[in-house]
Amino acid sequence: MLNTNDILETIQMIQDENLDIRTITMGISLLDCADSDIDKACDKIYDKVCRYAQNLVKTGEDIETEYGIPIINKRISVTPVAMIAAACPDKNPVKFAHALDRAAKQVGVNFLGGYSALVHKGFGPGDYALIQSIPQALAETDLVCSSVNIGSTKAGINMDAVAKMGQIVRECAELTADNNCFGAAKLVVFCNAPEDNPFMAGAFHGVGEPDCVINVGVSGPGVVRAALAKAPDANITEVADIVKRTAFKITRMGQLVAQEASRRLCVPFGIVDLSLAPTPAVGDSVAHILEEMGLESCGAHGTTACLALLNDAVKKGGVMASSHVGGLSGAFIPVSEDAGMIDAARCGALSITKLEAMTAVCSVGLDMIAIPGDTPAEIISAILADEAAIGMVNSKTTAIRLIPAIGKKPGEEMEFGGLFGSSPIMDVNRYSPAKFISRGGRIPAPLQSLKN
Amino acid sequence: MRAVITVIGKDTVGILAGVSNICVNRKVNIIEVTQSIMQDMFAMIMMVDISGSDVPFTTLSEDLREFGEKSALSVHIMHEDIFNSMHRI
Repeated sequence: MLNTNDILETIQMIQDENLDIRTITMGISLLDCADSDIDKACDKIYDKVCRYAQNLVKTGEDIETEYGIPIINKRISVTPVAMIAAACPDKNPVKFAHALDRAAKQVGVNFLGGYSALVHKGFGPGDYALIQSIPQALAETDLVCSSVNIGSTKAGINMDAVAKMGQIVRECAELTADNNCFGAAKLVVFCNAPEDNPFMAGAFHGVGEPDCVINVGVSGPGVVRAALAKAPDANITEVADIVKRTAFKITRMGQLVAQEASRRLCVPFGIVDLSLAPTPAVGDSVAHILEEMGLESCGAHGTTACLALLNDAVKKGGVMASSHVGGLSGAFIPVSEDAGMIDAARCGALSITKLEAMTAVCSVGLDMIAIPGDTPAEIISAILADEAAIGMVNSKTTAIRLIPAIGKKPGEEMEFGGLFGSSPIMDVNRYSPAKFISRGGRIPAPLQSLKN
Repeated sequence: MRAVITVIGKDTVGILAGVSNICVNRKVNIIEVTQSIMQDMFAMIMMVDISGSDVPFTTLSEDLREFGEKSALSVHIMHEDIFNSMHRI
C-alpha cells in the first residue's frame, strides 16, 4: 500500500499549491504540405493538423480526469511556416495563418505555434515575406503564435533581422491597439530557439523532429515555494536540495502524463519541459519563491543569485525524473503572468535592467513586459540585440516578448486577462541606439574557448 | 486498474458507509482502507480495483464528487500510478 503521507502530499500539491501540467503540445511536421499553389498547401495543412490532432484535446481531458491532475493547455506546434511559404514566394503567407487558425479551432486547442522563421544567419526564401506578414497574421487570427530566431551561439546575431523585428514588434502592437496590443503577446523573438519547446508563444516543431511528437510542459512554482516555506531556517545548500527534490516530484508527474498521452495518441514521446511556469494566480509565482529564499522583494540585489540557484536546482532535480528532458526547462520570469513580479514592478523594486541581468541565469528571457507605447522601433531592436547577445555568449536560449502599450505611459497598467495577467508599463532607457541598429550586418559568432 | 480514493474533511457519521456504497453500486472492489484523524480533520484513503466496474471512470469520479459536495468533504479518485510515479523511483 502506498504511504498515506505521500498520498496526502500529492493531493495537497494539486489542491492547494497549484501543481498542474501546463501543457501537452503536439508537434506536427508540415514539410510534406509544401506546394507551389498556396491554396493547395493551405488545404493540406488544415487536413494534416486536423487529422493528427483530432483526439488531442479529448485525450488530455481523459488523462486529467483519470489521474486527477489538471492539464491546463492542449496545444499544437508546427514546422516554421516560412519553410512551407518558400514554395510559393509570390503569395502573402497570411493565408497559412488563417488555415492554421481554422485547424486549431476545429480541433479545440488553446494555441498553435509555428508561424515562424529561423533567420539567425540570414534570410532564406520565404523568411522575409513571412516576417513582414506577422503583424497582419497575429491581428487577424486568434490562436496562431509566431516566433523568429535572430541569433545563435554558432551563427552569431543577424542584425538586419534585429532591426526588422523591432519594427515588427511595434506593428503587432499597433494593429491590435484596440485589443490590449495582444498581437505582440503572441510573438517571441529568440536567440538559440529550442526545436522542441512546448510552451507558447515560442513553440515550433523543429526540422530535426519526427513527423509527429508529444511534448509536455510541467509547472508548479507554488509547490516549490510551499516546500521552502516549511524550512525557514535552512541554509542555501539545503534550499537547493529542497528545490531539487520538489522538481523531481513535479517532473515525474510530467513524465507519467507524457508517456500516457503518447501511448493513447499513438504518437512518439518527445520531451518533458521541466519548467516553473507561473500564472497570475496567488500562490503560483516564481517571484514568491525568490522572496521565500529571503529577499524582501523580487528585484532586490541578490535576485540574480537566487534565480541562478533556483534555475539550476530545478534542472538537476528534473533531469533524473524524466527519460528525455528538453524545451526551455528552468524558471520562467514573465512579468505580467506572475503575481510577485507584478507587485515588484508596481512598487519599483523590479526594473527592466534587473530583469535583463536575471535573464542571464533564468531559462528564457525578457518575457511579457509592457513598455511605453511611444518606444521607437530602434530601441526595441536594441533590447532584442542585448538579450540575444546574452543568449549567444552564454550558450543559452533567450527569448523576448515585449508589448509596446500603444497610447500608454510608464506607471499606467496593461490588462491582458486570464493566464496573461496584467502589467505596469515599465520604462526603458531613452538614449538612442538608432545608428547602431541602422548599420545592419551580423555580429560574428563568439569564441567558445578562453572563457572568462 | 487500481485507483486511490481520498476523503478529507470534518469527521462525521457515515463517511465510510457513503463511499463504500458508491463502490458497491458501481461494482468497484475495495482492496484496502486506511483512515486517520489529524487534528480534527478526517483523512481516509481507499485503494480500489475498478477493472470490474460497469461504468466509465468519469461517472465514478462524478458520483464521488457529488457525495463529497453533499457531505462537505473533499473526495477524489485518482489512478494509483500518479502516486507511484511521484514517490517511488
